[in-house]
Amino acid sequence: MSTVLPDQFGHFGRFGGRFMPEALIAPLDELTQAWRDAMADPEFTGEFERMLREYIGAPSLLYDATRLSDIAGARILLKREDLNHTGAHKIRNAIGQALLTKRMGKPRVIAETGAGQHGVATATACAYLGLECVVYMGEVDTERQALNVARMRLLGAEVISVKTGSRTLKDAINEALRDWVASVDKTHYILGTAAGSHPFPAMVRDFVRGIGDEAREQSLALLGKLPDAAVASVGGGSNAIGLFTAFIGDDVKLYGIEPGGDGFETGRHAATITAGQVGVLHGARSFLLQDEDGQTIESHSISAGLDYPGVGPEHAWLADTGRATYRPITDAEAMEAFRLLSKTEGIIPAIESAHAVAGALDIAKELGPEATILVNLSGRGDKDMDTAATWFGLGGKEATGE
Amino acid sequence: MSDVVALGKAGVAIRKANDAGRGALIGYLPAGFPTYDGAVDGVKAMIDGGADVIELGLPYSDPVMDGVTIQRATEVALAGGLRTRDVLSTVEKVAAYSDVPVLVMTYWNPVERYGVDRFAADFAAAGGAGLITPDLIPDEGAEWIAAADKHELDKVFLVSPSSTDERIAMTTANCRGFVYATAVMGVTGARDKPSDLAAPLVARVKSATGLPVGVGLGISNGDQAAGVAAFADAAIVGAALVKALQDGGPAGVRKLTEGLAEGVRREPRAPAER
Repeated sequence: MSTVLPDQFGHFGRFGGRFMPEALIAPLDELTQAWRDAMADPEFTGEFERMLREYIGAPSLLYDATRLSDIAGARILLKREDLNHTGAHKIRNAIGQALLTKRMGKPRVIAETGAGQHGVATATACAYLGLECVVYMGEVDTERQALNVARMRLLGAEVISVKTGSRTLKDAINEALRDWVASVDKTHYILGTAAGSHPFPAMVRDFVRGIGDEAREQSLALLGKLPDAAVASVGGGSNAIGLFTAFIGDDVKLYGIEPGGDGFETGRHAATITAGQVGVLHGARSFLLQDEDGQTIESHSISAGLDYPGVGPEHAWLADTGRATYRPITDAEAMEAFRLLSKTEGIIPAIESAHAVAGALDIAKELGPEATILVNLSGRGDKDMDTAATWFGLGGKEATGE
Repeated sequence: MSDVVALGKAGVAIRKANDAGRGALIGYLPAGFPTYDGAVDGVKAMIDGGADVIELGLPYSDPVMDGVTIQRATEVALAGGLRTRDVLSTVEKVAAYSDVPVLVMTYWNPVERYGVDRFAADFAAAGGAGLITPDLIPDEGAEWIAAADKHELDKVFLVSPSSTDERIAMTTANCRGFVYATAVMGVTGARDKPSDLAAPLVARVKSATGLPVGVGLGISNGDQAAGVAAFADAAIVGAALVKALQDGGPAGVRKLTEGLAEGVRREPRAPAER
C-alpha cells in the first residue's frame, strides 16, 4: 500500500480524528467496520468496479491536450472525469457509499450539497440502487442552483432548503449531521468530500482513488513513465485526493490548487491551507477559515464546489509534511483558464477544474518544456454556464459576436 | 478523598440536592442572548428561581448538536458581536452573584483557538466550575483533561443511548462533576413526550460510575423534570429556558425555573433509586 495513514483512530499526523457528538461514535465505529469488511470482500469491490465500468463509464479517458500544451509550454494530460455519468468525479464516491449503505441494510440516505453536484450524484446513485434520498442544501444555493434542485427532484430525492447560519454548504452539513444524530439506525450520511470524521476521509479516498490509479496506468501506457506532476483543485479535497493517492509513493510532484476568490490578500477567498489556521470543524482537525475566536469565517469563490471554509485532513497532512504543495488561483485566473480550455480544446470545464488548469499553466512555466503535467479535469462546465455568461458578457443582447 | 475530587464542584451541588431527597436542576442559557446584559440577567433569574447548577452556552458558528431554538439564540449573540472574552466576563459576573457552580457548554474549536491551557486558566480565574463538551470525546481530549486537572475544573463528557458499555466506562472514568446523559438520539429542543431511552441509559451509566448523572435534551416543564428526577440525579433544561427568556425576559425565566425546581422536588425519592 502506498498510503498507510490514517491510524486506527483516523489521524493523519496531528490532523483528522473524531470531534463528534458521542451519539455518533458507535455508528461511526460500525461504519468503519462495515467499510473495512466491504473493501476486503471481492463481491463488494467487484460490484463497485462493475458499476464504475458499466454505469459511470470508467476508466475515464486520459487526454493528451496538445493544443493547450502548445500554449502552456509543457505537455499537459487531462484526466477526463468530466465524461463520467452525471458529469464529475463525485459519482464515484456516491455509488461507493450507496452500495455500502445497501450492504449495511439501511434504507435511507442523506447528503449535503453546495452547488448540487454531489446532491445530483447521490440522488442518481440512490435512484439506481433503490434508496430513499434526502439532500440538504443551503437556501442561498437552492436559489443559485435551481436546475440542480430540479434534477435531484426528478431523480426522486427530497431536497431540503437549509435556512440557518450562512444558508450555504457548511450549514447544509450541519443540518445533515443533525438529521443523522436522530436517524442513524436507519440512515447513512453520504458525505460528499474527503473530510469530516473518521472513517469518512479514508473511506471517500478509497472510493475516488480510481482517478489516480487509472491515470497512473494510462500514463505508463502513453508515456512509458509517470508524469512529472499531478495537479487538482481543492475545496474539501475529494478530486485531489482521488488523483494524488496513486502517486504518493512516487517521484511525482503533487499540487493542490485552492480557490483564491478575489485574491488571497483581500481575505475574500476559500484558500484554507494557504491561510494556514489549524482548528476543528465538522468532525476533524484540519486547516480552516476562522476568526480570532475560532468562529468559522464564510468562504468566497466563484466556484460553488470549492466554496467551503474547511479542507480534508489528509490534505492538511500532505501540506504539513511538504509532500504536496498548495497554492491559490483567483476567480479571474480560473475564468481565463475556463475560456482558454474551451477555445483551444473544445472542452468546457467545471469552474472547479478550471482552477486546476490555471494552476497547471503556472506550473508548466516553472517545470519547463520537458515536463509532463497531469491535470484532473474533475467535472464539466454545463452547470457553470450562467456564471460564465455573466462573467464574459455572453448572454442575450450583449452577444454581438466576433 | 478521591471521591470528593471526582465529584468536583457541580457534583457536590447535585449531591447536596440529592441528600435533601430531591433531584437537582441544571439550567442552560447562552451568553450574549438576547444581549450581553440580558443574558446575565437571565442566568441570575435561573439562580433566583432555584437552579442548582448553571450551564452557560458559548455561542458558536456551527452548533451541530443544537436544535433551531438554541441555534437562533446563538446566532443573535454572535451577530451582536459577542467574543470569547465576553463569555468569560459573563462567567465572572454570574459566579460573583451566588455560590451556584457555573459550567460552560462549548463546542471544541473556540477553546482550541483560545489555547486550551490559557482558556482553562482564565476560566478558572473568572470563577468557572468546568466545561461541558458536546463534540469532544475523551479519546481526543488529552489536552483538555490535563488542563482541567491542573486548574481543578469539572470535565463533563456526554454519553448517549448509542454508547456501548465499554465507551460508557471509558467516558465516565474521564468525567469530573457529573455525567451528561443525552436522553434522545437527536439535537436539543423541547419535546412533548419524555424519552423512553433515558432511564435504561441512566441505569447503564450508574453501573459504571458513582458520579451523579444528569439527563438532558427535551425537558420543558415541571412534570417532565419530575419524571426525570425519579431516575436521574439531575434534570438539564435548555431550549425551554431560552424560549422563556425570549418570550418573557428574566421574569419568564424565573417563572419557568421555579416550575422546574418544583418538579424536581415533587417525587419522593427513595435512596435506592439514586
